[in-house]
Amino acid sequence: MRPWGAPHTQSQNSGPGMKHRTFFWFFLPTALAMLIFIAAPIVSVVLQSLFVPHEAVLVETENCGPFGCTTSVVIDQEATEDLRAEQPLGRFAGLEIYLDRGHLATAEVANAWTSSSSIGEFMSAIGDLPFYRAMSFTLTYTFVVTPLLIALGFVIALAVNSLSQRIKGLMIFFSLLPMIVNPLVGSLILFWMIDSRGVIGELIQYLAGDPSLSLKASTPLMWIAVIVYGVWHSAPFAFVVFYAGLQTVPQDTLESARIDGATRWQQTRYVVIPHLMPLVTFVALIQLMDNFRVFEPIVGFNASAHATSLSWIIYNDLGGETNQLSAAATTSVLTIIGVAILLSPVLVRTWRDYRGKA
Amino acid sequence: MSAIDRRKPVSLKVASTIFIVVWFIVAAFPFFWTLWGSFKVELDFFSIADWTNAITGKLTDEIYGRPFTGAGYYGAWVQEDFWRAALNTGIVCFFVVCTSLTIGTLGGYALSRSGHNYVFWLLIAALIFRAMPPITLVSGYLPPFFAWNLWGYLPTAIIVLVAINQPFTLWMLHSFFQKIPIDLDESAKVDGCTQFQAFRHVIIPVMWPGVITTGLFSFLLAYNDFAVTTMLLNEQNRTMVPKIAAFLGTTYTEGNVMFAVAAVVSAIVPLFLLVMLFQRQIVSGLTAGAVKG
Repeated sequence: MRPWGAPHTQSQNSGPGMKHRTFFWFFLPTALAMLIFIAAPIVSVVLQSLFVPHEAVLVETENCGPFGCTTSVVIDQEATEDLRAEQPLGRFAGLEIYLDRGHLATAEVANAWTSSSSIGEFMSAIGDLPFYRAMSFTLTYTFVVTPLLIALGFVIALAVNSLSQRIKGLMIFFSLLPMIVNPLVGSLILFWMIDSRGVIGELIQYLAGDPSLSLKASTPLMWIAVIVYGVWHSAPFAFVVFYAGLQTVPQDTLESARIDGATRWQQTRYVVIPHLMPLVTFVALIQLMDNFRVFEPIVGFNASAHATSLSWIIYNDLGGETNQLSAAATTSVLTIIGVAILLSPVLVRTWRDYRGKA
Repeated sequence: MSAIDRRKPVSLKVASTIFIVVWFIVAAFPFFWTLWGSFKVELDFFSIADWTNAITGKLTDEIYGRPFTGAGYYGAWVQEDFWRAALNTGIVCFFVVCTSLTIGTLGGYALSRSGHNYVFWLLIAALIFRAMPPITLVSGYLPPFFAWNLWGYLPTAIIVLVAINQPFTLWMLHSFFQKIPIDLDESAKVDGCTQFQAFRHVIIPVMWPGVITTGLFSFLLAYNDFAVTTMLLNEQNRTMVPKIAAFLGTTYTEGNVMFAVAAVVSAIVPLFLLVMLFQRQIVSGLTAGAVKG
């Protein structure tokens, strides 16, 4: 789904190439679309995270009557309008929102650090803060799902590759389904099956010998369920990529390994796996980024009581009765920073390939 | 690998076959189970008494006189207006694919034909844009969309999805156009064509395989999107995926889970057909970036 190889730019001597002016007109529509709807929103999100909306200007008025004076607080509509017109972005808050309880919660963390007597206590205090709670699940999900899906995808690729041609097509067809359906829809299908009244839920109850066992009530089980879903959803991608790679394994190297008496395992270990290694890196880099944005399964599994993610917090802040734009924008910026960290090896790799070719 | 197969020990063959069967069940069974169950009543699909009821449809039989019922589908499509969501999805997908391919083809072609340095940086920028989770952009969309009264309408969601789609489309079409020999359009230019005429008369006739593959992925992005459509569309204009999410809030309380099950199955069927028809293109698109790098 994502062609991230190095861009193969035309070498300078292969032709005159396109004139700057022609290039500009060809590229303008797509550039405008990306500037207006991707680049500008990013800038806007960063700005929103630094400003808070103005509170209404309140004025205290004293009403004095025959029975004494009462003070009442009313909104000064005019002053509020003026303020909003004057500074449409809101009040500059700097990093205030970043440091508040809903995000990095520096005060709470410092407080927990001084008041906790053990690391365990400190961690559990941190775990109650929404940002760190989401972060812990997001990172666990990302770094558990990614290696598992690579391993599973690799084994499926090896197994499917040894099938006869006709079954191969069928297997690829059914393997594509979990990946191609929307994560919300896919997670719902699994969720209904693992429901305590669903077929897998009942099987688990039967195996555990506990008829009251419910995934929905248990945090560890919910984490496992979402992670299992993640592997189910993404392993097909690894499978398809590795399967394509298996078609290009150098047959003569395999042949000579066999003549040298290499066992089947040794052939796989020393010929096939090294050949697929670049693809493993490719899948890992892509999947780390994709898994970091985990979001729909949490909605589908209705898991937010047990597991939240950064993307889910943004969704929740935006979707509530009150549009908490500043809070959502701040979490968005923090998420983008996380994505940037995961993206950096891809960029370095692309840059190196480019330098290598130039 | 056929040379290896001939000498494959029996134990490995058995293990490999068992593994394939297990994976096949893991990948396919949930879909068949849900499809089958969508024609049952809730007490069969979520069976407290006996899980085999979900297969035999015992309670469905008691209520409707036969083990299958379309009640879930009727409830979703007619009562809850899922047809409108399906229609909206159709509209969104059609316009996203068309617009995205039109401007993406021009851009991708230009990238592949310009030898200048900025091509690399434009592709890098596209790569960075591609990595942005769409949900992080949404809080950037909302204030202007509310202010200019653009929020909630299909064209707004369409143009946002087109833009989100561009980085991927550009990468895919860029690498595709590079495989078309540059001599083709250069010789047309020597014959007096402008760059656009060369594109129009020489490149367009031969570009369809790559464009169709790219279009499939644009379609999938638009069809499967949840983050953008759920945030930018009003209730009336919701597409299928956000509609299903909206079902979840209401149906669990009202006992209409089967509506959601039927809606989910309805949303999967087109994808099922799509994979059936375009399996080869989807696989080649998935591996395009990987195998050459």
